[in-house]
Amino acid sequence: MDDGVLLSIDGAERVFGGGRTIFGGKKPAVHAVQDVTIDVRKGETLGIVGESGCGKSTLARMIVGLDVPTGGRITFDGRDLAAEAGKDLRRLSRDVQYVFQDPVASLNPRKTIRTILEAPLIHLLRLGKPEREKRLSELMDAVNLAPEFLDRYPHEFSGGQAQRIGIARALAADPKLIVLDEPVSALDVSVQAQVLNILDGLKERFGLTYVFISHDLSVVESVSDRVAVMYFGRIVEIGAGRSIFRTPRHPYTHLLLESAPAPGRKSLLSEDADTELPDPYNPPPGCAFYARCPRRTDICNRQEPPLEAAPHQEEQLAACFNPREGA
Amino acid sequence: MSETTATAPARREKLPKRKRGRPDSIRLLLNNALATAGLVVFVLIVLVAVAAPLLPLPDPDATAPANRLLRPLAEGHLLGTDALGRDILSRLIWGTQVSLAVGVSATLIAAFFGSLIGLVAGYAGGRIDTLLMRGIDMVMAFPYILLALAIVAVLGPGLLNALYAIAVVNIPFFARNIRGIALGLSRREFVDAARLSGKSNAQILFIEVLPNVLPVIIITMSTTIGWMILETAGLSFLGLGAQPPQADLGSMLGEGRKILFTAPHVSVIPGVMIFALVMSINLLGDGVRDVLDPRLKSGALTRPVARTAVMRDQVPGGIEPDAEAVLDVRDLKTEFRFGGDVFKAVGGVDMKVGQGECLGIVGESGSGKSVSAMSIMGLVPTPPGRITGGVALLEGEDLFAASDERIRQLRGSAVSHVFQDPLSTLHPLFTVGDQLVEAIQAHAPLSGSAARKKAADLLKTVRIPNPAERLKSYPHELSGGMRQRVCMAMALAHDARVIIADEPTTALDVTVQAQVLSLLDTLREERNAGILFITHDFGVVSAICDRVAVMYAGQFVETGTTEEILTSPAHPYTAKLIDCVPVLGEPERRLDAIGGRPPVVNDLPVGCAFADRCPRAGDDCRAAPIPLTEFGEGRTVRCIHPLNAEAEHG
Ligand SMILES: Nc1ncnc2c1ncn2[C@@H]1O[C@H](COP(=O)(O)OP(=O)(O)OP(=O)(O)O)[C@@H](O)[C@H]1O
Ligand code: SF4
Ligand code: SF4
Ligand SMILES: [Mg+2]
Repeated sequence: MDDGVLLSIDGAERVFGGGRTIFGGKKPAVHAVQDVTIDVRKGETLGIVGESGCGKSTLARMIVGLDVPTGGRITFDGRDLAAEAGKDLRRLSRDVQYVFQDPVASLNPRKTIRTILEAPLIHLLRLGKPEREKRLSELMDAVNLAPEFLDRYPHEFSGGQAQRIGIARALAADPKLIVLDEPVSALDVSVQAQVLNILDGLKERFGLTYVFISHDLSVVESVSDRVAVMYFGRIVEIGAGRSIFRTPRHPYTHLLLESAPAPGRKSLLSEDADTELPDPYNPPPGCAFYARCPRRTDICNRQEPPLEAAPHQEEQLAACFNPREGA
Repeated sequence: MSETTATAPARREKLPKRKRGRPDSIRLLLNNALATAGLVVFVLIVLVAVAAPLLPLPDPDATAPANRLLRPLAEGHLLGTDALGRDILSRLIWGTQVSLAVGVSATLIAAFFGSLIGLVAGYAGGRIDTLLMRGIDMVMAFPYILLALAIVAVLGPGLLNALYAIAVVNIPFFARNIRGIALGLSRREFVDAARLSGKSNAQILFIEVLPNVLPVIIITMSTTIGWMILETAGLSFLGLGAQPPQADLGSMLGEGRKILFTAPHVSVIPGVMIFALVMSINLLGDGVRDVLDPRLKSGALTRPVARTAVMRDQVPGGIEPDAEAVLDVRDLKTEFRFGGDVFKAVGGVDMKVGQGECLGIVGESGSGKSVSAMSIMGLVPTPPGRITGGVALLEGEDLFAASDERIRQLRGSAVSHVFQDPLSTLHPLFTVGDQLVEAIQAHAPLSGSAARKKAADLLKTVRIPNPAERLKSYPHELSGGMRQRVCMAMALAHDARVIIADEPTTALDVTVQAQVLSLLDTLREERNAGILFITHDFGVVSAICDRVAVMYAGQFVETGTTEEILTSPAHPYTAKLIDCVPVLGEPERRLDAIGGRPPVVNDLPVGCAFADRCPRAGDDCRAAPIPLTEFGEGRTVRCIHPLNAEAEHG
């Protein structure tokens, strides 16, 4: 493992369902995440984009130890993360934290903000009362909220404020890596900008590493150093944000970019109305994008395309037999 | 760190005024006359029962055969005596004490064990859940009273054993109620968050989940305690509870039964007491439930009024309908009333949608976009909503003056809706196919098979794979995106002249969104349908809308063609809103957040509603209402210091 890699995901896989019923019939299985391999380097922001159901959240939950991979290995700082999460989630939670999509649902409605923020200080850091007080005011300051908020209940907050509390909670244990699963999707655009700016500031101030998950390409582009594009449980393209967004090689990335609405963009590219999305219970053979792909050839539905670098560009990998060239 | 902390002390957000919690609940309870009556009666009974040892009562068990069966109001015996000459008043009060004590204890025991089982089953899920709940099912499989009888038969008659029996048979009731709630809560994100905060399972269950379940436990207790008192009385009545000579309400009733005709007062008096006690507890329990869980309020379960109340001060006359417009809304005002507060959700809005035109309404959440759109077909719930002004003309016909029947005909045919949350449109218990067929047949005389075929075609139009199979699916079996496409299909079922689409693509993936948008686009061209399109996304606006209106605090602050507004916004709010959105292909752009929050619409300022957040605000902005004024050709703006004014006029 080369230096500077903080989180290393190696062939991770998560299958839901499967097994057999008591009568011996096969239960349907869904491969939510398949053969995902990514390294996250210290101090970078890795963006993960993809559409609903592509496995982003499942991957995120495996990184923080809320879910266990059914195959592959995830290591954090050289430690086997899945094994550690099974034994003692607390140790992992000191280093890896999570920010939830729905800021209000992730705060217990019957607890004050103080109780919510104190939990990680007590259970993860085992701080005494005076240190806790000090840390609480640091945290509130970090997310730019007045200390009076501490004794309020979650319903008294707007979405943006609630999300900042969610961020403060993730920060509380002084983690090295924060996984942000759609942290701004539930927020209004004006508030979204506030939260993105705060996240940006915190990253520098505390030397954090982010895994930033979103379905919103423009948000991911604005925060990420590197970007991974997921489709149907797999990574189909990964590389520096700049190059992926400028010269996508995988046809799916291209489609995403062309479909994204942008102010001033009149016509969105849209596929034929009868192309079908793959059915997770009945996955197609070969490339999952085959049915929708304008560049497909015979090989595509016979073989799984491997994730490979472009000839002159070591950093941008795409899983496609006929990638777009120098677009 | 960025500018956010540099200005932190000055810009930190102010707290909203805090609401008082507890006193409100009690006040709410006292607002309910029946519950108050229940409370008064119950407290009286409890006070008297508790005070029994202090009251100058004769010994309840002292027999006096000479004085047997005295009628009420006899000397020395206010309520008379029973067959053994015991004072009924004394027995009644002591008996009430016993019945209350048994009922309350049984409730507490049942609540404790039932809730514990429910909590653990709901939280643990999987095998533990199955095991516990099958056990509970087995208990429930016995007829209720039979089980109680069996338990007493095993343990032997006696008050304490009756108490256990009643408690045991009521455990399943608590367990099932609580399990459902705990199950839902345990899948909530805050439970995951607590886990990542280092809490153990037990800590999560009792510190995080339990407080959220507590109101339900209390509601369940308050609604079952009367029932348990009744059951205790039942067992005693059968001679299995309180043993002679001890009095409790049930045994008194049982003893009086044999002489019901010769001396009715002996049984009627305890009967009345049981009635008063149980009734008062139930009334109080219902009141408590209404306060703690407003969704279950008896009124809330009745059908809401099918159409928004229209209460216009004056019906605006002499309006020239615009011949070009399919939908022409003028000066729409919609309010919500809660107690004394009036929330002016929509404060005078004009919307005009031409044939085949798409008008976009953009704004942040809470700005009144949805209420504006829902007012048109009377879909704002009443109470608390009401339309207080304006007209909505559908091809010249005033919708606010139309009959309910006419509105029903128009809904789903001439005017169809697509909402953001597909679950609000789809019924969870019917298949997608059934619901589509119903929507088709509601306005078209098609046979079942023809309607089913059309339903499958519609699903194909909205790109659902394998439509014939999917017709058999229930909404919960589809992904969020699929569900929304089913709703789109439903809206397309008839040749709508106006489609009101409320954030229809917000929950969709970008590629599907592009599909749906181009579908809508094709549709309005082919069928000349007008679209009222609500969104918060300027990108989506660009893709489909010809004209756009920017909404803030219940009013339009700027209207114009999409291109003009996006390239040269005139209202400072529009400009800021555009600036704070990241744009694909411009990752370096600094996002300029808008500080502060929009005003609450029950307390709007006199002047410009945006003044507190506006960099161009001056004193004149706050002095008087700002009118929506013409700003060049076909464009209006509600601002007295608009941007680009120089360019526009000079
Ligand atoms: N507990 C579960 N049981 C069965 N299938 C599941 C479960 N959780 C997720 N899945 C399936 O796994 C796949 C990936 O789900 P995941 O929640 O990771 O998607 P996502 O990209 O986060 O979607 P969204 O953007 O909608 O949140 C989906 O097909 C989903 O239906
Ligand atoms: S592998 Fe083939 S089908 Fe898959 S994306 Fe590439 S060209 Fe298209
Ligand atoms: S009227 Fe004044 S406060 Fe309101 S938007 Fe215009 S400049 Fe700002
Ligand atoms: Mg997700």
